[in-house]
Amino acid sequence: MADTAISISEQAAAAHTRRFNTRWLLYTILILIAIIALIPFAWMLLTSINDLGDVISLKVWPWPPLGNAAPQWKNYPDAIALIGTDPDTGMPMFFRQLLNTAFVTACVIIGVTVTSVMAAYAFAQLNFPGKSALFILVLATLMIPDDLTLIPRTVMMYKNYLNWYNSFAALTVPFLASAFGIFLIRQFFLQIPRDLFDAARIDGAGHMRYLLKVMIPLTRPAILTVALFNFIWTWNEFKWAQLVTRDNNMRMISVSLQVFLQGEGGTSTHLAMAVATMVVAPILVVFFFTQKYFTEGITTTGIKG
Amino acid sequence: MTATKIAPSKVSASRSRAIREALLAYGLLSPALLLFLGFTVFPLIFGLVISLYNWRTGPTDFIGLANYARALQPDSEMWRALGATVAYSLLSVPIQLFIALVLAYLLFQKIRGKSFFRVALFLPYVTSTVASAAVWARLYSPDIGVINQVLHFFGIQPLQWLLEDKGIFTMIASGLGVTLPAGVTGPSLALVSIVIYTTWVFVGYDMTIFLAGLGNIPAELYEVAKIDGAGGWALFRHITLPLLSPTTFFLSLITIIGTFKAFNHIWVMTRGDNGTTTASILIYRQLYEFQRAGYAAALAFMLFTVILIVTILQNRVAGRQVNY
Repeated sequence: MADTAISISEQAAAAHTRRFNTRWLLYTILILIAIIALIPFAWMLLTSINDLGDVISLKVWPWPPLGNAAPQWKNYPDAIALIGTDPDTGMPMFFRQLLNTAFVTACVIIGVTVTSVMAAYAFAQLNFPGKSALFILVLATLMIPDDLTLIPRTVMMYKNYLNWYNSFAALTVPFLASAFGIFLIRQFFLQIPRDLFDAARIDGAGHMRYLLKVMIPLTRPAILTVALFNFIWTWNEFKWAQLVTRDNNMRMISVSLQVFLQGEGGTSTHLAMAVATMVVAPILVVFFFTQKYFTEGITTTGIKG
Repeated sequence: MTATKIAPSKVSASRSRAIREALLAYGLLSPALLLFLGFTVFPLIFGLVISLYNWRTGPTDFIGLANYARALQPDSEMWRALGATVAYSLLSVPIQLFIALVLAYLLFQKIRGKSFFRVALFLPYVTSTVASAAVWARLYSPDIGVINQVLHFFGIQPLQWLLEDKGIFTMIASGLGVTLPAGVTGPSLALVSIVIYTTWVFVGYDMTIFLAGLGNIPAELYEVAKIDGAGGWALFRHITLPLLSPTTFFLSLITIIGTFKAFNHIWVMTRGDNGTTTASILIYRQLYEFQRAGYAAALAFMLFTVILIVTILQNRVAGRQVNY
């Protein structure tokens, strides 16, 4: 009796240590991976307040307690000064470019949300000839790679065509509709029971009132997801913005960062990282407050930027 | 009698309602559809026209299929770009998905700080790729790079990373003192460095989708299998993997599409040097640096036709392995 009791408790103890060991291993792996994910951010921040000499001699942390240097906060104003001044307004060019980016992002978010909600309502709630053909057309535009239409779209911006080169129209108008937005919001609209519409009808509500007062409030998370993803994509836009803008005061910040990296920032790593930090910071702030919408948006649609 | 009297007006009322509904629908659809027609459908046709011209900032002369012929020459830059794109995809898909699956599996256990890990791993995805690629280019730097410093700590020789155009097979073979037959060089170390960066960017995204997939597997299946005496690995191999195969298939597809689209980070890190000129970089450079719109348009059509065919074939083959 006593023997078996001991062996059982021994077994339990052994199982416990084994479980403890695998737990320990699991946390070690996860923490290691999290460190790898975060190191580039940490390095960017530390380098942005470091001295160039210390960056070159590979001192990542020259401050107390490891060294006796002081953080170089002036890297930020230095970098901003190097990007120059906007002759029109007299403000630092970098702030002008931040405003450009914010303006373009706001236009795209509003445009995409409005056009997507409208189209999604038609596809989810209304009957009309050609509905399925048009829906297939929308889905087909999702399949066409951007690179296939990049050249003609750029040519369309030139003088003899739309003449939008180096203007806000080029940066916004082509992006005001999104097949992904239509598709995602339609999915959510379809989940709302039709009885609700019949009830609203009896109360005398037409389609527009039903859309504004019932459908949109009920699908707010989906609409917010569309808006947030477009925020990230537009804020980070680089490829197209570099192709269709020429003047410094028309640039978006990602293009400005690349221009800086090719010039002064190529050797002044500390200043380059200060600019990079300023480009990334707004996105990270928005992401921290809204991250659950990203997870939901991804798992319902599997979008990839 | 009364019924026949009422019927015609009812029919016309419902018909006029249907017409009004259709008009409303077209009205609601028109902004989005006009934008798609203007900036997706029309450019497809316009691109075909451009590709038949010697087109700089405008058309100079009609040259028929000469742009296509130029791209199709043996040993042309198009074939090299295609090779780099395929290598980039073939490396990215298994590495990215393997790490993401392991991470998702670990995070699916009962652990503390789950949301911290999810957010930390997702951060790279939302960050501007120009900024993060600039950071990584400096981490890779042979002079001031942290990565070589870490390698040095472990007693490994420093590498050139993004500046290395030698193939990794050649490098491994020369490290082992073996000579490989000419032509077997493997993707350049620069391209592999970009694959590592891409993994860092997308692993959190892939993991999020895998986690959703894991959540959809019914828990009873595991319990039944455990009663039958299945261990941890058997559970993973015979329940998790097969039931996750639609997710894996979907993720491999969007990862492939993602590598075809990849542009910003390659442009910032190498500009296409050292064997990293993928399809997307080649097309952009022809337009942005050399103003060859006609040739670039022809390249775009050919590269994306080939890529489309490869993707469809891959779907056919891989699609058979998927358990729904």
